[in-house]
Order: sequence, then C-alpha cells, then structure tokens
Amino acid sequence: MNGDTTKKSTPYTVPIGPVHPALKEPVMFTFQMEGEVVRSVDFAPGNTHRGIEWMGMRRNPVQIVHLTDRICGICGIVHSLSFARAVEQIAEIEVPPRADYIRTILHELERMQSHILWAGVAAHELGFDSLLFLAWRVREQSMDLIENLTGNRVNYGIVQIGGVRRDISDDQRPVIEQGLAYYRGLLDQMKTVFLDDSTIRMRCRGHGLLSYRDAQLLCAVGPTARASGVAMDIRHDYPYCAYGDFDVHPVLPPQEFGGPMGDVYDRIIVRLLEIAQSIDIIQQCLDNLPAGEILWEKKLPKLLSILKKAQGEAIGRVEAPRGECMHYVRMDGNEAPATWKVKASSYSNLMSWIPMLKGEQLADVPIIVASIDPCMSCTDRVTIIRNGSAADLTKEELTRLSREKTRRLSRC
Amino acid sequence: MKLTKSFNRSLWVFHLNTGSCNGCEIEIVATITPRYDPERFGIKLVGSPKHADVLLVTGPVTKKMAPKVRRVYEQVPDPKLVMCIGSCGQSGGVFYDSYNLDGPIDQVLPVDVYVPGCPPRPEAIIYGVVKALEKLERLEAAQ
Repeated sequence: MNGDTTKKSTPYTVPIGPVHPALKEPVMFTFQMEGEVVRSVDFAPGNTHRGIEWMGMRRNPVQIVHLTDRICGICGIVHSLSFARAVEQIAEIEVPPRADYIRTILHELERMQSHILWAGVAAHELGFDSLLFLAWRVREQSMDLIENLTGNRVNYGIVQIGGVRRDISDDQRPVIEQGLAYYRGLLDQMKTVFLDDSTIRMRCRGHGLLSYRDAQLLCAVGPTARASGVAMDIRHDYPYCAYGDFDVHPVLPPQEFGGPMGDVYDRIIVRLLEIAQSIDIIQQCLDNLPAGEILWEKKLPKLLSILKKAQGEAIGRVEAPRGECMHYVRMDGNEAPATWKVKASSYSNLMSWIPMLKGEQLADVPIIVASIDPCMSCTDRVTIIRNGSAADLTKEELTRLSREKTRRLSRC
Repeated sequence: MKLTKSFNRSLWVFHLNTGSCNGCEIEIVATITPRYDPERFGIKLVGSPKHADVLLVTGPVTKKMAPKVRRVYEQVPDPKLVMCIGSCGQSGGVFYDSYNLDGPIDQVLPVDVYVPGCPPRPEAIIYGVVKALEKLERLEAAQ
C-alpha cells in the first residue's frame, strides 16, 4: 500500500477486465470502492460477441445445431437441446422415447461435470488449490463417460433435430453404472470437504447475499435463484425430455444448514446436492431406458426438406447447469430460420452480482463473482486507479488478497 | 534474443481468450490438473502476461478484442511463442462467416504452433507445448 491511500479520496474506482476468461458475454467490471469495501458495481458485457444468431439465420437447422454447441463449451448439450426442442415444436416432430432418455442422461452428466468444475474453481478462488486439483481429477471420470457416450469431451454434437446421433449400447451400460457408483462413493467425501471445512464456511457464510426478493426481481435462475430460496427448476416446472417420468424437485438449501440464506455457502450446498440428484436421474433413466429408434428421421435430406416447409414460432427451454436456457425460433418456410434468439442462463444471473457485491471486501470479489458460475472465474486482470494514477493488479494479486484473507480467518 | 538454461525446464504459459466458446478454456485447465500434470515438466499457467513465455490464444478474435490481444502480446517478454488453440483461431471454424471477427489469430499475431481440434484434447495441447519447446530449442541452437 502506498501513501496515497491514506488520503481521503474515496470513493475510488476499480475497473476489472476486459482481458477476461469469457462467458458468452464477458464482462468489464467497474467497482466504486471505499477503502476495502465495494460501494457500487457496474459491468459492461459484449467483448466476445461473435454474431452467432446472425450466422444462424443464414444456415439450415441441421447446421445450426452444431453452431449451438459452440455457444458455450461447458453447456455443450444445453443449447443444442434447447434449439432442437424449439425446431421440433415448429415442425411437429415427435422425438422417439429412447432419444429423450439418452438426451436426459447426457444432460445430467453434463450437469455433474459442470458442478464439479465449478466446485474446483470456487476452491481455487478461496485459495484451496489442492481442492481445485482434487475436484478436477474427480471430474475427469465424468468427462470419460461423456466421451464414451458421444465421442468428444467437449462440444459433443450428439443432439440432432428429432433425436440423438448416437445410441447407448449394452456394452456401455456397465461403464455408466461404474461411473455412477464412483460418484456415489465420493458424494459424502465431497460434502465433508466442502461443507464441514471451517475456513470455507467462514469465507462463504453470509457473503455475497442475494435475498429472495432480489433473486425474483432480478430474474435470477438456476442454482443462484434456488440458493436464495426461489423454488424454480424447468425440469420440474415444465418437464421436457424424460423428466416428466421422474420425480424431479428443485433443490433448495436444506434446514440442517440453516435454510436458504442466499449466500455463497448456500450456492455450494445447492450444487453439491444437485450432483446427487443427477446421479439418481441417470440411474432411473438407465433402468427405464426404452427400446426403439433414436432418430425421428434418419435421412438428412428428407429431414431438411421437411424443416424447409415448417412455419411457425416456438420456444425451447431447458434447465442448464447454471439455470434456465431459452431459444426462440421463428421459421417462415425458408431453409434458414427467420428469427433465432438465444437467452443463456448466465445472462439472467449477471445482474445478481450488483446486490451481491455491494458492501463486500475486494478480497471477496473473486469468490462472489465465481459463485453464480459465470462459465469461468471472472477476474484476469485488474487495474486500480487511485488519485488518477494507474497501478496494475493482476489476477494473481487478487487471488493473493483472497488467500491472505483465508489465512487471516483461519488464524483467529 | 538469448535463452537462458533455466528456460528449458520451466515454460510458463499465459492463456488469452479472444472470443472463444469456453470449450478450449476448460480443456486448458483440465490439462494442468492431476491426470495430465504437465507441471512435472515445469509447464505452468500464470496469471499475468508479463510472467509468461508462451501465449496460448483461443477463439476467433472478435473486433472488440483485437486491440487487447495485441496489447497482451506486447506485454509478454521476449523470447516468446504464440500457440493457437482450437479450430476457430486457425480458420474461424464454425464462425467463419461472422461479421464481428478480425481473426483468424494469425491475422493479428504471429503464430508459432497451431493445435487443431474443437476443442483439442489435453494430450494434444501438451503435444503442442512440447513442439513449442522444440522450437525454442531450435531458436537457441541457431544463435
């Protein structure tokens, strides 16, 4: 700290970004700081705008499915599924039950890997690098499963309009069962590591608060909303794929942890419990996997000619690991859709940063920003401008601040 | 441009996203985790371009990011290498006809090693880093 900080020049501004690990909308933050405390926050997304919707309106739906895979690398199946569901509604395509079940299995596998990924990132932001590496080692198992089922670790390209492109063979069942058993054995350990750790509790309990009312007013979705007590989950509210056949309830922070408070700790609880829920759903899908076709129409030219004649509009909604993902498609009898609009889940959650970060310390910014799971941790490069002079604060320094706070807390 | 001996066994890497879909990002992070563990060979992700030897660039370079990409490149000290991870950085990939791209990456930066794939597997990324290391050694031998 240099001498300038002792002068009364508050509030001062801390911009973070824009070189930045991306969401669909990477963000440049501007913090108004008073000492170490955040007084107000603003952010500006839009650095990695690739014009995907514009490109999509020049391609046919079968091509767009592979474009939707690349909207977000972590939500590989979410966007393609959401888009396919919208187009299927317009063209009145009935997806075979087996395809619905396979979609559900992959959807839940993706949720598992995404939540474990997030747990690792959160641990890293708190300064627990060993936990980051442990979590990511455990995650590799689910990546292996996904690779076994789809042929790729990321961007699976498994969804096709009217079904899925790969079947689950009988040989693959024991592999999935094995993977599920592995995670079942790990669940208790993960809960102990994350929830019983006094340092994690000190850093996360009561920080990054998002009240029930704010969560509703700001239209937060997914685990961010559920941690604040908003019981919403598209899988329960508007069942799609195979979810209608199962009992899927929104996961809220249970009473044994003090009920929903809407802090970072609650978001950890919700995600860990959702991993358990995903294991159950995959198991049920495997047990009830119906026989039959996996595609409504195998011949692509025939499928394309049917889609070319389709007219109408529809919305495809799915529950992504981060919350509701929505695709709006309108087709007017041409090869390419007339309108295609994507609303990703992080988009709804970004606004909740503003109430969450207000009144928090700069050292708490990384974990709170990461707590809504904005696809990746958010702070890569920071510039602090104090009294008009700029000083660079790298991500390392911000992580260092965060770690020092962890150390301070664990000492007392 | 002179390489020191210690450089050989510690290649520090800075990762720069220029508009990628996150797929390459998670594979890069998966690369540094225990299953692949390239830290055995001194390969490490760092948080600032000023500490880096290698710049890992992902994504097709959007118009808004292009000046920032150049700025980060200038901050990496010499001798440096640029690795392009993923198909969209090499050719635009699925984003080839977008109106908002200044890329592919080699239109903006001089690229030394290309790692194709959408996204490339962690093994491929490690192989790319080994190729980068070989190139550095060749540069050193040429001096």
